[in-house]
Order: sequence, then C-alpha cells, then structure tokens
Amino acid sequence: MSEYNFAYLDEGTKRMIRRAILKAVAVPGYQVPFASREMPMPYGWGTGGVQVTAACLTPADRLKVIDQGADDTTNAVSIRKFFQRTAGVATTERTAEATLIQTRHRIPETPLTEGQILIYQVPIPEPLRFLEPRETETRRMHALADYGLMHVKLYEDIARNGEIATSYAYPVQVAGRHVMDPSPIPKFDNPKLSDSPALQLFGAGREQRIYAVPPHTQVISLDFDDHPFVASKAPHACALCGDDGSYLDEVITDDAGGRMFVCSDTDHCATRRAAGHAGTQAEAIA
Amino acid sequence: MSGAHPLLSVQGLTKSYGARRGCADVSFDLWPGEVMGIVGESGSGKSTLLSCMAGNLTPDAGAVVFDTRTSGPRDVLAMPEPERRMLARTDWAFVHQNPRDGLRMGVSAGGNVGERLMGVGARHYGQIRAQATDWLGRVEIAAERIDDRPAQFSGGMQQRLQIARNLVTGPRLVFMDEPTGGLDVSVQARLLDLMRGLVRQMGLSAVIVTHDLAVVRLLADRLMVMKDGLVVEEGLTDQVLDDPQHAYTQLLVSSVLQV
Ligand SMILES: Nc1ncnc2c1ncn2[C@@H]1O[C@H](COP(=O)(O)OP(=O)(O)OP(=O)(O)O)[C@@H](O)[C@H]1O
Ligand SMILES: [Mg+2]
Repeated sequence: MSEYNFAYLDEGTKRMIRRAILKAVAVPGYQVPFASREMPMPYGWGTGGVQVTAACLTPADRLKVIDQGADDTTNAVSIRKFFQRTAGVATTERTAEATLIQTRHRIPETPLTEGQILIYQVPIPEPLRFLEPRETETRRMHALADYGLMHVKLYEDIARNGEIATSYAYPVQVAGRHVMDPSPIPKFDNPKLSDSPALQLFGAGREQRIYAVPPHTQVISLDFDDHPFVASKAPHACALCGDDGSYLDEVITDDAGGRMFVCSDTDHCATRRAAGHAGTQAEAIA
Repeated sequence: MSGAHPLLSVQGLTKSYGARRGCADVSFDLWPGEVMGIVGESGSGKSTLLSCMAGNLTPDAGAVVFDTRTSGPRDVLAMPEPERRMLARTDWAFVHQNPRDGLRMGVSAGGNVGERLMGVGARHYGQIRAQATDWLGRVEIAAERIDDRPAQFSGGMQQRLQIARNLVTGPRLVFMDEPTGGLDVSVQARLLDLMRGLVRQMGLSAVIVTHDLAVVRLLADRLMVMKDGLVVEEGLTDQVLDDPQHAYTQLLVSSVLQV
C-alpha cells in the first residue's frame, strides 16, 4: 500500500483533474479536456471515471461502485478493490450510505441526496460525433449552440423506426445550453439527471474529457412536440422484489428458455426484499 | 429595407493565397430578384470570390454588405459568427458543385431537407416531414424516396436534393458554384429548367459561378467575366455575350461558338 500515493494518482495529477472538474462544474455540460493518465487497467474499464474518483476521494469517504446497477460484477468488484487497496477508504453497497458512487450504465434507484457525488464512466463523450466526425466542427457547434443536428438524429430514428428508438445514451440539454451525452445509461434514468441534489461528474479516459451536472441543474431530454420523450422500461415487475417502478434486466434462469425480469439495481432489490417485499419468483431463487 | 438598397453589395473584395492572386478588388451590387453570373476560365478566381462572399473563406480586404430582414444593410464579414451562421441557414443558401460537399451522405433525403428547419428550431416531426415531402416534390423527387440516402440517388437527383435542402427555409440569396458541372447534358438541361423555375417562383437573387456560357445565358440577368482574379467585363448577359467588348471575353464567347 505504501508504494502508492493516496488513491494511486500523485497529488499534481489530482490537482490537474480537480481543476478540470471545477471548470466542468462552472460550465454545466461542457466537455473539459484533461490530460488522462495511464491507469493499471484497460480503457474499457472506465479509466476516466476512475481518475475522477481518485481526484475526488478523501480518507473519510465511503465508496460504492456499480456496473449496470450491480455491485458484484467483475468490473465493479475490481474497481472497488483498487480503491480499497490504494486509498484504504471504506466501501459500501448501499446507495444511501455512500458518499461517492462510481457507475457504469445506471443511476441508482434510491434517490441521491445532497453531498453525494455520482461519477459516470464515459466511453464516447461527444453526442454530435456520429453525424459530424470532425472534432473542429463539433466544438464550433457547441460554442455556437448550433444543435439542429441532434434533432436530425432523432428525425432519422423516427423515420426508420416509427418512434425515437434511441434507448440509451439518450441526448440531453443541460441548463438550457450544452447538449450532452449522459453516457450509456438507459433513457429510463434520464429524468433522474435533472434537478438532482447530488453532484454528477462524467469522466472519459480514452477521449480525455470531463464534464459535469452540478446539483439542482435542469437536464432536458431532446424530443419532438409530436414525439415526446418517454422514460420507458420493460412492462413488468421485478420477479424477486415485486417492484414495478424500477429498471429491469432480463435474466435467463435455465437452459430450457426460462427467463425472468429482475431489478438491475441490486442494492435496491436487496433492500426491498429485506423489508419484506417479494415478487413472483422470490421463493425459487431464495 | 427591400428595394431601397441592393440585396448584396460587394466592395473591393480581395483574397490572395500567399503570393498568388485569388481575386482582387471585386465590387458589384446585386438587386432583389436579380441573378448574377460569373464566368471565366479555370483558375480565374470564380470560386475564391464566391467563397469570400458566402463567408466560407475570409478575404484579405473588402466588404460584403447584405440587406438583412431585421436591421437593414450590414457588413457580413464584421458580424459575430453566431449571427452569420444564422444568416447562412435562413436567408442564404450555398449549392456546391459536388453534391457530396453539400449533402449529409449518411442521412436520409428527408433528414437532409429537414436539417435547416431543425437548425432554426422546428420541433414538430410531422410538420418537418410534410415540408420535406413538399420540397422533394418541387425538385421532382418522388415522395416515396424520402427515407432513402443520397448515395442511392443519381448525380442529377443528388443535385436536386441539395437544392431542396437549401431552399426549404425560403432564402433570399443563393450562391451556386458550378451547379451543373459533372452532369450529363440532358440531366443538366432538366436541372437548369428546374432552377430557372424556382428562381422565378421564389423571386430569388442568386450568384452563379460557371464556365458554361449556356448556363448563364439561361439563368443570369447580368454577367461578370473574370480573368486572373480580376473582373474584366461586366454588363447585361445578352449584351456581354452578343457584343463582348474585352478581348478576353471575345475569345471566351468565340471558343464556345466553335463547339
Ligand atoms: N487553397 C488554395 N491555395 C492556394 N491557391 C489557391 C487555392 N485555391 C485557389 N487557388 C488559386 O487561386 C486562383 C483562383 O482559383 P479559383 O479556384 O478561385 O478559380 P476558379 O475560377 O474557381 O477555377 P475553376 O473553374 O477551375 O473552378 C488559382 O490560381 C488557384 O490556383
Ligand atoms: Mg471553381
């Protein structure tokens, strides 16, 4: 443990990242470039989020790490272990107890509170990229708030599918200004981005960008008047805890084609079950 | 506003590429509803001049004064960029020689036509689609092709799609750089007919760059002849073509007659 600085990165690097974070908080939704460092894990593992977490952690923090809503996947477990080892901080699986949450692809179901920081791992930070590959041009579009192209994408979606079929990484406009990719969270989570009491930070390692949604900032999902945004989810209740309002994953239960829908947020599901809630399959699994 | 001033007033426009002259000291007025043709041999500075006027290229000197809807004549080159961009996607249009430069090849025909509408704030899918359908019809593209990508279109159709994409916001001024270049003669003729119809119906003002004298004969009210970056002759189209004064223009006209 002693061969590392606290939270692995040296103090100079953390200061540099914190400066980028402060800038990102000052201009909500704006992508701030930063000098991303090599981390002892592959890029696909969320090195951007890991660096932001390292720059924010203090010894008193209690860290939660989730991947697709689950605390127990390989990715989440190894990032949690990494910070246990390099920062010696306490960890938790309980959303309500965490001071800092690093996430990939989900926002926890339990409403976040003041003082919490939610850190997203971001693969591709630029929402305009797929239609405009030139970085010089996308920067200029952001600078001029020239966002017609974002609606061209949604138009194409409806023309092809009869509805806006984009179901994750659904583009948003932050504080009435910058259009932002909220990372590949399901669009079901988009409403939780808005007016959250928590600070939300986004880190893209390979692309070297940090952006932020400060607490109590308005975040609007782009749409058309006649095709309004809908935060949809599978029309089922969780088979384990019975919740019909949480985001669900479809799980294969046997090799005979058996399947069921369960909460993607494992902490949310466990907390409900501990409180006595049960779904249709609660027996089978327990 | 309209009528009292030229729609566009170009004053002393000059652009060099290092030591090489692109265009030098070009001045002219374009009145509402007027079509100006610019002709000249390859390398004479036509595209340079057009790009400087349209704001795609920054000139070394000169002014481009446009009679804006809201605040009258303004030097476009001195406008803040957001304002110039807004102008470029509302009141102005630019038709490129190569449709690939003027279209989004990865986006459907309907999306290409709808982009300018969405760029100025249209947020009703049904209305955007209805307007796109209407414009495809006006440039003689079947409505059922609305969801096809430009790559599935012929060269002539791509060029017509580019025109629809540009005219959908009802611009007042259109810049065109060799709009019929690279097309078969029969396809050219159809496109010219279409352009002439649209210019008349919409009362468009236009600046058309070409080296094809047949194009200007058909479309342009007035003509500027360029050589080595300079305007050597200017006047009413028929006058210049039928009774050229400058030796270079005489050469240009006669070489066409020999074809
Ligand atoms: N990007 C550039 N860099 C350097 N020189 C240039 C550039 N573009 C044009 N020129 C030069 O400027 C002059 C005018 O070129 P321009 O492209 O405006 O001519 P043009 O009349 O449009 O020719 P064409 O009919 O072949 O399209 C030429 O001498 C050309 O070589
Ligand atoms: Mg040219």
